[in-house]
Amino acid sequence: MHVETVPELKVKIGLEVHCQLTNLKSKLFCSCSADYRDSEPNTHICPVCMGMPGTLPVLNRKAVEDAIMIALALNMQVSSRTLFYRKNYFYPDMPKNFQISQYDRAGGVPIAKDGYVTIDGGRKVRISRLQLEEDPGKLVYEGTIETSKATLVDYNRAGVALAEIVTEPDITSPREARIFLQKLRSILEHLGVSSGELEGSMRCDANISIEGGTRVEVKNISSFKEVERALNFEMTRQRSLIRKGLRIGRETRHWDELRRVTVTLRVKEEEEDYRYFPEPDLVPILISREDVERLRASMPELPDSRKRRLMEQYGISMQNAEVLTDNKALAEFFEACAANYSRPDLLSNWIVGDLLSYLYDMGLELRETKLTPQHMVGMLRLIDDGTISGKIGKEVLKEIMVTGEAPENVVKARGLIRISDREYLERLTDRVFEENPKAVKDALKDEKAVRFLVGQLMKLTEGKADPQLANILVRNRLKASAGK
Amino acid sequence: MKVNTHMAKEVITLEEVRRLAWLSKIKISKREERRYLNEMSEILEYFRMLDEIDTEGVEPTYHVIELVNVTREDAPQQTSPDSLLEIVPVMKGRYVKAPRIV
Amino acid sequence: MPRILELPASEIVRKVKVQEISVEEYISECFERIRTADPKIHAFLTLTEDYALMRAREIDSRIRRGEKVGSLAGVAVAVKDNICTMGVRTTCASKMLESFIPIYDATVIERLKAQDAVIVGKTNMDEFAMGSSTEQSAFGPTLNPYDLERVPGGSSGGSAASVASFEATVSLGSDTGGSVRCPASFCGVVGLKPTYGLVSRYGLIAFANSLEQISPIGRTVADVATVMDCISGHDSRDSTSVNTGPTSLRSHLIEDVSGIRLGVPKELFGEGTEEAVSKGVWNAINRLIGLGATCEEVSLHSLKYALASYYIIAMSEASSNLARYDGLRYGFRLEDDDCDWSEAYSRNRREGFGPEVKRRIMLGTYALSAGYYNQYYLRAQRVRTLIRQELSRVFKNFDLLASPTMPILPYRLGEKLRDPLEMYMCDVDTVTANLAGIPAVSIPCSSHQGLPIGVQFMAPPFREDLLIRVSYTLEKNLELDLKPAV
Repeated sequence: MHVETVPELKVKIGLEVHCQLTNLKSKLFCSCSADYRDSEPNTHICPVCMGMPGTLPVLNRKAVEDAIMIALALNMQVSSRTLFYRKNYFYPDMPKNFQISQYDRAGGVPIAKDGYVTIDGGRKVRISRLQLEEDPGKLVYEGTIETSKATLVDYNRAGVALAEIVTEPDITSPREARIFLQKLRSILEHLGVSSGELEGSMRCDANISIEGGTRVEVKNISSFKEVERALNFEMTRQRSLIRKGLRIGRETRHWDELRRVTVTLRVKEEEEDYRYFPEPDLVPILISREDVERLRASMPELPDSRKRRLMEQYGISMQNAEVLTDNKALAEFFEACAANYSRPDLLSNWIVGDLLSYLYDMGLELRETKLTPQHMVGMLRLIDDGTISGKIGKEVLKEIMVTGEAPENVVKARGLIRISDREYLERLTDRVFEENPKAVKDALKDEKAVRFLVGQLMKLTEGKADPQLANILVRNRLKASAGK
Repeated sequence: MKVNTHMAKEVITLEEVRRLAWLSKIKISKREERRYLNEMSEILEYFRMLDEIDTEGVEPTYHVIELVNVTREDAPQQTSPDSLLEIVPVMKGRYVKAPRIV
Repeated sequence: MPRILELPASEIVRKVKVQEISVEEYISECFERIRTADPKIHAFLTLTEDYALMRAREIDSRIRRGEKVGSLAGVAVAVKDNICTMGVRTTCASKMLESFIPIYDATVIERLKAQDAVIVGKTNMDEFAMGSSTEQSAFGPTLNPYDLERVPGGSSGGSAASVASFEATVSLGSDTGGSVRCPASFCGVVGLKPTYGLVSRYGLIAFANSLEQISPIGRTVADVATVMDCISGHDSRDSTSVNTGPTSLRSHLIEDVSGIRLGVPKELFGEGTEEAVSKGVWNAINRLIGLGATCEEVSLHSLKYALASYYIIAMSEASSNLARYDGLRYGFRLEDDDCDWSEAYSRNRREGFGPEVKRRIMLGTYALSAGYYNQYYLRAQRVRTLIRQELSRVFKNFDLLASPTMPILPYRLGEKLRDPLEMYMCDVDTVTANLAGIPAVSIPCSSHQGLPIGVQFMAPPFREDLLIRVSYTLEKNLELDLKPAV
């Protein structure tokens, strides 16, 4: 095991997040259907998004509205006039070998600038810019990027609308990067513009530097689950280079999701020169105050205000409210349950605690389970009326997430109903006392030993004994033996 | 002989010519590098006559028309993907085949 | 040559409608003529004879049944090979697109078809419209119908030569820096570059998007007006298409120039202007003065910088537009199993593009690259503003500006091929209209030793009506002795 002798050098992380605007029905600059998932390769293509000679782009109006709403949700300044630029570079996933994007230099103004996202109950991560751009196609390798003999291209994704959100290097750890992305995803989902649960709908590039070191860019991070992993790898790699007294070269690296390593993509000498210039085939976009205010008025509730409302309306803790609203599906699930359940604080503990950790263990999104609010509430009611113990409740929850059975049925079918049969439990208590003479002796003066005996009784019933009754029976029996 | 006098000014270097070829993805031979250097120098030298105008504070003209906010509805339309694939030079299944990356 | 081939479009439409001739007969004559003339001038890259005859018979049968037919019913149109035609090879005169068959029609083609025009073939050009002589075609040059040893101008050389030699009645070209006016001038025909945004660019294979317009060519001003009225007007597929209906230029075929104020920019009669050209153009201007126009010499200082500004912008845009030709989705592709993508692209583009195209891509890449962007691209766009401002000032005092279209007479093949800059200099009088987005026309005004000379008029934006009126008046009042050699 490695033991640190000097304090770790600080890490600075900035993210460039690409979010597909999944609420759009068509692509950003053509009328191809944007709903390409689960389709055969190269079925959602037209002359425009294939970059055929002579074709021209026409901007999807709703994409601009989506971007303005995102800007408002991220506390950004919306530009009154914005232009599209061409970002010129060759790559096999690029139908035109330039990407229509936006630019924030040389007179270019992205659709919005200068905002922030609050994470971890108050820390601000600054957002420097938001821009609209087109997604490239998807490359499929035979094996890995390094060994593949050929590259296969699927252009279904080419031209799908992306919002690129760029942060300042305000993020201080890989974990915080994940938390930030989770919050961002929740904001976009609350807005209804992007659903992060769709595969590849939220991807990012990260730049990471260790205090005093050179900035390294890591590309191809395909989800917010991957970001922590990729950045941890890269952070460790850079730190170990520094410890060995080696220099970190300025370069672009590629996150290989399969092997879970970053590999060099290109070094500075081969760096691209994107030759940005205004897209001559598209005209400027003017955004009036009225447009902005109209969209602001139509904005749904966002995570931060929902968090405050949940605290007020349901009396739940701030921590729970924050965790719930960091995930729109979770917040919605909570509220659906709370509508039919009278103890929201208890409910929130169950969701934030048990439910979330089961999801994490199973590697599933809530919607990928079969859990319904009715079943969740049903399970809690079984605990409340004493039919099952809290511990059994956890088992039931796991099962109904997977099977979608009603909790009552699970309890019945698996014989999980709490044992409240006094005579039966008394017989078992006798057995516990016989088998643990030493604990019985200790129990007369040591409360810990009492709990041990109760525990043994619970164990004999596989946790099904009514814990209160078990407690009473053990103490009664102790009193009886002391009286002898 | 006009070319040679211009050449003396070294508007562009051989190294830049090579980099431009790389950026433009056009393979050029050693001999062509020289030729490009000469031709481009002469042409760029001519372009540099613009240096003599004061353009301070002048807005660039990216578009000659006054149009703004040209957009379309977010309404998908049927396309005919198969006819697009018919003219693809090399396919593998329904994929377009590209050369290897590394 | 049958007389019908010499008729203007409007006469052909009238005659086929009253069934004085059939479209089939006329189109067959066109192809007869092409078979005689084209081996000499090489105006066409692709002929669409079967299709054209089928269309002709179809239009004939509709006429016989008394059904309505379009405003260009039966008229034979030649189309520059950078305008996409569904199902018909569209090459841009490049090896890169030698076998490219679009699955869509350009908007202008849809409109021509909707008015029952008959497309007879695709015409030769400088590769990707980069050139002023049609010598830069990957498939060999087009020759000037007036002198087979001379160039027809370019880049729309095939479109101009086909009309000049009666292979087609009208044609479409594209004008990025003079690519229609130059060959119109050299081939003794009329070419009109419309105001930017008036004709949809959808389906025009881009060379320099912010400068170019599809432009009609005809033997008469009326023919050009007729084609414009068919192809112009808003198109939702082109975001830079202006929101107006089609033009009605035919209603401006008026023989009257009284009170028209002509400005004559000194800068467009620069030192490179041949005397015969200058004389010919002044002759036309004087004719107009005689008919009631007024004229005054003016000086537009910024025009001196137009050519450099134009070439920087055009090359910059071109470097980006032509990036898509990588061999993956369409077009030319070499075997590439032995190399990575970057090497494969570089080999493809080396083989697929000709020298002028490669030169311009390299120069455009340079003008946009880090460190040079401000000095070249941005500066050129600023100079463009100065030129526009100066023009709009001058148009307060003048209705039109008159000048030579080309400073020189059609030159011999190969004469300017060795020095690219010398070739670029030939565009000195035409590029201004493209930089400013204003309309301009070239019409024959004189000849010298049997070679045509064209006069150019430029007008403020959307004043094609003035160009048509003045050109029409001039056409009616000049006795030109122009006879092609084929």
